[in-house]
Amino acid sequence: MSVQNTHLDALQDIRKMMQRSSRFISLSGLSGIAAGTWALIGAYVAYDWMNEYYNEYQNHGSFTGSSFQQLKLNLFLLASAVLTLAIISAFYFTWRRAGKDNIPMWDHSMKLLTINLLVPLITGGLFILSMLQQNDWHFIAPACLIFYGLALVNGSRYTVTDIRYLGYFEIVVGLINTQFPRSGLYFWAFGFGILHIIYGFVMWWKYERDSVSKND
Amino acid sequence: MAANNPIAGLNKIFDNRIRLGVMSILMVNEEVNFNDLKQMLEVTDGNLATHLQTLEESGYIKVQKGFIGRKTNTTYAVTRAGEKAFNDHITGLERMIKGVK
Repeated sequence: MSVQNTHLDALQDIRKMMQRSSRFISLSGLSGIAAGTWALIGAYVAYDWMNEYYNEYQNHGSFTGSSFQQLKLNLFLLASAVLTLAIISAFYFTWRRAGKDNIPMWDHSMKLLTINLLVPLITGGLFILSMLQQNDWHFIAPACLIFYGLALVNGSRYTVTDIRYLGYFEIVVGLINTQFPRSGLYFWAFGFGILHIIYGFVMWWKYERDSVSKND
Repeated sequence: MAANNPIAGLNKIFDNRIRLGVMSILMVNEEVNFNDLKQMLEVTDGNLATHLQTLEESGYIKVQKGFIGRKTNTTYAVTRAGEKAFNDHITGLERMIKGVK
């Protein structure tokens, strides 16, 4: 009996090591919910600003280049702020969960995940900046969604596999958006806001709910 | 014959938890450096180094010494022989468990 247990232990050790060294499993669902919330707030503010701009345009018929430049700059800063807040909260919740599970956050698997997420993300980021440079607005939201989706699909090999499905959804939403280029903001809000919140909630429910009730 | 002798296939080198851990990690990663191995296995430098040396001498892993800036960065990867030995060992373990049942 004890011989059998020794061998079972060995097999469990092997499995644990294989998993822990190749997949980063501390990604918290709360990160998704936080990122989605920031995205929705950001989208609402952007919507407000754009409305204001168009109202001005309708009422006064004045279409000055400078106010358009100002709007562009404001939207760009807003997008950067949303991205920064989303990344900070994603790190915070993941760091918190890694601490709870007693796993170092910046380990081998986290490095693999980061590199594999960053390749499509940076490519997409530069691509979008070139579109802005060429004053091509219509495909910015679809490009955000599609490159982000590809990054998630690529990264899913190194973390919880569930993020692959979020990736597929983002890609599909982005592709549909290409057919409705003027509704970019709505698709953006849906893809980055609603989908993140749904995904985050599902992840939390699936993996983290137990640990919360245990602590209570 | 193997069914009559369940010990066949079990590899003495993998009797040790740390060596088994190193092999498990290297099986699913192209290459891993010393510090990452140390972190994942929660062992001391000296202890890990000894076991890595044993594995290297058996021809199961290969060592690549490099630099990141001025710091040495030694990475480890599994060899073909190591892969085969590890797979045989797991098959052996499975057979043992089934045999004892």
